[in-house]
Amino acid sequence: MKKNFTCIICPNSCDIEVMFEGNAIGTVNGASCSKGIEYAKNEMVHPMRTITTSVFVQQGIVPLVSVKLDTPIPKEKIFEVMKFIRDIKVTAPVISGQIIIANILGLKSNVVATKTVEKV
Amino acid sequence: MNTMDKDVIIIGGGPAGLAAAVELKKRGIHNIVILEREKYLGGILRQCIHDGFGLKRFKETLTGPEYAQRFIDDIQKFNILYITEATVIEITPDKIVTAVSRNGLLQYRAKAIVLTMGCRERTRGAIGIPGSRPAGIYTAGVAQSFINLHNMMIGKEAVILGSGDIGMIMARRLTLEGVKVKAVFEVMPYPSGLPRNIEQCLNDYNIPLYVSHTVTNIKGRGRLESVTVAQVDEQMNAIAGTEKEYKCDTMILSVGLIPENELSLTCGVNLDKHTKGALVDEHYQTNVPGIFAAGNVLQVHDLVDFVSMEAEHMADSVASYLYQEGFPPSHISIIPDDSVGYVLPQYISGEIDVVCSFRVKKPAKKCAIYVLQDGKVIITKKLKMLFRQR
Repeated sequence: MKKNFTCIICPNSCDIEVMFEGNAIGTVNGASCSKGIEYAKNEMVHPMRTITTSVFVQQGIVPLVSVKLDTPIPKEKIFEVMKFIRDIKVTAPVISGQIIIANILGLKSNVVATKTVEKV
Repeated sequence: MNTMDKDVIIIGGGPAGLAAAVELKKRGIHNIVILEREKYLGGILRQCIHDGFGLKRFKETLTGPEYAQRFIDDIQKFNILYITEATVIEITPDKIVTAVSRNGLLQYRAKAIVLTMGCRERTRGAIGIPGSRPAGIYTAGVAQSFINLHNMMIGKEAVILGSGDIGMIMARRLTLEGVKVKAVFEVMPYPSGLPRNIEQCLNDYNIPLYVSHTVTNIKGRGRLESVTVAQVDEQMNAIAGTEKEYKCDTMILSVGLIPENELSLTCGVNLDKHTKGALVDEHYQTNVPGIFAAGNVLQVHDLVDFVSMEAEHMADSVASYLYQEGFPPSHISIIPDDSVGYVLPQYISGEIDVVCSFRVKKPAKKCAIYVLQDGKVIITKKLKMLFRQR
C-alpha cells in the first residue's frame, strides 16, 4: 500500500510517497531532505502542526501581540488551543520571545510572543 | 525649504528597504535615510504573523514579525536613520526627493535613490466582477491587517476568490478565528499558491478549492449576501448552466499583486509591461542613472527571502555606483520565449556573472531551462518542478 503527502516543511512542497504494510512504514520516496522524510512518517502516525495567532494586549501601543507555538501540537487539538488562547490577556510591555502561556493544555508546547509591544 | 544632502535615499521600509539599508551600511555608505509612510518599519511582514519565512535567508523558519525584526535590530545596531509616517510625494530625474511628514515637508538631494516601495493588491474593480457593491468584500491583505493588527473581525461566513498564498493563509486564519470559510475559487486550471499552503491552509481544515471557477455575480444590499460562482472554459468564459450560489457575508480577494510604481514614473523610470516593475540592468539600475529598484516593486516575489537577497545584491551595486567603480554598459537584452513571462534583469553587459529571475507561464514537471545566444544553447538547467504562481 502507498500514501502520498505534500510536504509543508518548506516552499519546495515536495510530493512524498510512503510505502506501508499495515502498521509498518517502508520506503519513503520524493523528499528532498531528511526533514521531509520525518514529516511524511509523522503524517502516517500522528499529524502535528504549529499554529500562529495573536493575543490581546492591555496598555500596549497596539492592541495585539502576534504569537506562535514553539513546538508542534497534535492537529486535532488546534481548535482547543485556539479557544484557550482567545481568552488570554497580557499587559504591555511584551518582549518578542517571551512565553505568554507555558505548556498550553499540557501539550508540552509554549505560546511565545513573536513581536515586542511597548507600553503606551 | 532646507534641502538635505544624502548619499542614498531608500523609499520604503519594508523587507527590501531594510535589507538594502543594512547592506549599504556594511559597504561603508553611512549618509543614508529610509523614508517609510507607515508608523512602523517592517512593511507587509508586520501583518504576516504566520511562519515559514526565512528558510532560505536564515536557514530557519520565522514568523513575519520575527523576520522583519532581524533587519530592524541591525538598523538600530548600525544607527541607520529612518523616518516613519513620511510619505514621498515626488522624485525628480535629478534625484530630488520630496516627502510629507509629521515635521512638515522634507526635501533631499540624493546621489542615489533606492526604490523599495513593494506592491499593492489587485482589487475587485481591477478584475471587473459584476453585481452590486455591498460591504464585506476585502482584498486578502486588508482582511489580514484588520484581523492581525487592528483586532477587528471581518465577517462570519466567507468565500475566497483567487488561490494566491495570502488568500489561502487568510482562509486558515479566518477558520482559526471561527469564521466559516466555504470555498476557494481559482479562475486558472491550477492553483496559484504553493502546494504546501494548499495542504496546511486548505486541506487541514477541509476547505474545498475549485480551479477553473470564478465569481460571476455579487448580491447584497448594504452587506454582502451571496456570490454566484460558475465554472469557466479554456478561454476563461463562464459556462452557462454551471452557476451555483454561495451564501456568505464576506468575500476575500487574492487575485494578484501590482508593483507600486507611481513614484518611479514621476522621475522617468521606464517600466516593463509584464512585471509592471522597472526595466533594470544587471546592477538593478533603472534607465535613470543612480536610481535602483529591488524587491516587490521590481517584480512580485513568492518568498520574502528572495526580496531580501535581491535588495542586498542591489545595495552592493549602489555602493559600487557611489564609489564610482564604473559599470560596463548593459547592451544585451534577455528575451524570454513564449513559455516564460519575463526574465530579470532585462539588460546585461555579458561581462560579469548575473543572477536571473524569471516566471514561467504554466507549471511544469521534469523540465529544463535553456539559455541561448545567437541561436546556440549556452546554459541548460534541468528542473524537477516549476511552479507558476501569482
